[in-house]
Amino acid sequence: MSAEPELPRAARVFISFVGLLRTNGFAVAPEQTTSFLAAIQLLGPRSLEDIRQAALATLAPPPERRATFDRLFDLHFRGNEAIERVDDGEDDETVRLQEEARGNDEPLLSDEANESGLAAARAETLVERRFAQLSTTDALRRLSREAPRRLPKRRGHRRMRARSGPYADLRRTLRDSVRSDGEILRLGRLKRRQRPRKMLLLIDVSGSMKTRTEENMKFAHTLVQAAPSVEVFTFGTRLTRITRPLRLKRREQALRAAAHAVSDWDGGTLIGDALQAFLAVPRFGGYARGAAVIIVSDGLERGEPDALRDAVAKLSRRAWRVSWLTPLAAGPDFRPQTEALVAIERFVDDLVDGGSSASIVAHVLALGQRRVA
Amino acid sequence: MAVRSNIVGIDSPEALEKALRAAYYLADEGLATAAYLGLALGKPLLLEGAPGVGKTEAAKAIAAVLGRRLIRLQCYEGIDASAALYEWNYPRQMLAIRQAGDESVDIYGETFLIERPMLATLRAPDSTVLLIDEIDRADQEFEAFLLEFLSDFQISIPERGTVRASERPVVVLTSNRTRDLHEALRRRCVYHWIDYPSAEREARIVMMRASSVAEGTARAVVAAVEKLRREPLSKAPGIAEAVDWAEAATLLHKGGARWPDAFRRSIGVALKDEEDLHFISPRLDALLAEASA
Repeated sequence: MSAEPELPRAARVFISFVGLLRTNGFAVAPEQTTSFLAAIQLLGPRSLEDIRQAALATLAPPPERRATFDRLFDLHFRGNEAIERVDDGEDDETVRLQEEARGNDEPLLSDEANESGLAAARAETLVERRFAQLSTTDALRRLSREAPRRLPKRRGHRRMRARSGPYADLRRTLRDSVRSDGEILRLGRLKRRQRPRKMLLLIDVSGSMKTRTEENMKFAHTLVQAAPSVEVFTFGTRLTRITRPLRLKRREQALRAAAHAVSDWDGGTLIGDALQAFLAVPRFGGYARGAAVIIVSDGLERGEPDALRDAVAKLSRRAWRVSWLTPLAAGPDFRPQTEALVAIERFVDDLVDGGSSASIVAHVLALGQRRVA
Repeated sequence: MAVRSNIVGIDSPEALEKALRAAYYLADEGLATAAYLGLALGKPLLLEGAPGVGKTEAAKAIAAVLGRRLIRLQCYEGIDASAALYEWNYPRQMLAIRQAGDESVDIYGETFLIERPMLATLRAPDSTVLLIDEIDRADQEFEAFLLEFLSDFQISIPERGTVRASERPVVVLTSNRTRDLHEALRRRCVYHWIDYPSAEREARIVMMRASSVAEGTARAVVAAVEKLRREPLSKAPGIAEAVDWAEAATLLHKGGARWPDAFRRSIGVALKDEEDLHFISPRLDALLAEASA
């Protein structure tokens, strides 16, 4: 399929729209541009609405950036002057709990094109934090070394060859038997392949966790690098998905990007609301299904303990295992004291020490030894 | 660009919308356009949206409009090529080898091949529609494997060679978006995000699907369902649930139950999660009264 250059002048406006999309962080492949032009040719185009529909169908903007896409479309084809700056690409990952709590109708996945900065006009103090040059601690080195072997696994549906296993490998057996005139000399076996289990890491970045936050972020980065399917969120007064920045290989760079995404460092704590918001977005809630959920938080809740208890109960029903790692549990004779921790105690599988990277790593590496579902 | 032969007689999105309506599917402009473009450009159609907005139904309706058989490939975690493409009939092959004795036997002949959905589609592209349902459930290896199929519409069977479709088959993929699909897959498709329909459209869908339901009932159910969808439920009622609820309430009403009561008693067909029911029950009466008003 190739773009027929029949109407080069007319086609230019559509191609420049694709360019505009790309500058605004939409991934549009050349073949999509070709389809877009073909679609316009096919549809007429009789009206601007047709062009919009053709663009939506062929350029496939992700649904959470649909509003941005529409604004860009209007800007380009209708020439709206009101818009000067469009989106910053990372907003779609941010759930605004503040608006949520006030009962505002704004959608959970916010799209804030008209705001001049992520943190503008917020009542709370939002501090962008930069992480200093970091040195790898022994614990993290141990994590990256041992993760492939020791992180939790589950049995997948795919089968692989094995010396012994519950299933017969008929394909291989047949091939072998052809060589011996149909005589089966050895029955090939298959077993179910082990797959790494999904992991979900929720990190409290509120003021009370301040001294631990930097270490926890380093831990998160190491885990994302070492394990194939990890999702990471931070929460304080808001919930922010930081998986994408943490995928950057170089740690300083990754942590800087994550620090930029999170805007509620060292603020208050509304753990219950943050977790509720997490579960209310189906795509996020899906990350918890069958996953090893690790919550790193002291559990010093400012909000309602009921909201927290319900959210953790829901999480624990979805997850394979919920671990709550709190710095308060440093001693062996630890008993939950705060109302929030008492409320959630019966829903979590582990309530253990999260006061140092070494203890966190030790717990996470021990998870795989617990049980295989 | 030439319009493909598979949509002869349908020359615009509006015509397709009309044809879909005749197949009892109410498509909005966006869906009709995307489906039309998919068919006309010979590209797979990727439908995403929340569970219960009618993605699978759309594929069924498209098959009905084209007068073709719908082949459904339900994806699940761990689905692999032998479930999607083909499988050899091993016991039969084994038997054939034994029976052949000294004569040679082609154990990779047609008689030993078990066709799975994708191979069936490639072999009969002009009489089937392939629905690859809930692709987001399959793992990424399978998604990568699909890419080859969707760009060239061919698959290779090592023992027999390559099977190529004589024309581009009609393929519809659906996804509930429980995970992000690979960009490369989205790129190869014509894409449409199906939203919940407007109240007006949904009421029409309910009446079309459940002919015994009165208009007032349909509107009340749709209003109630809309309110429920705004609540933080773990499973919001989809269109099918709205249809079922309207039917169930009508049934109870005919059996003598009064209106709001008939709705309340049949809530179980709309909300199927104990926790959701528990969550909504304190406000359910008020919500239903408001919706019926």
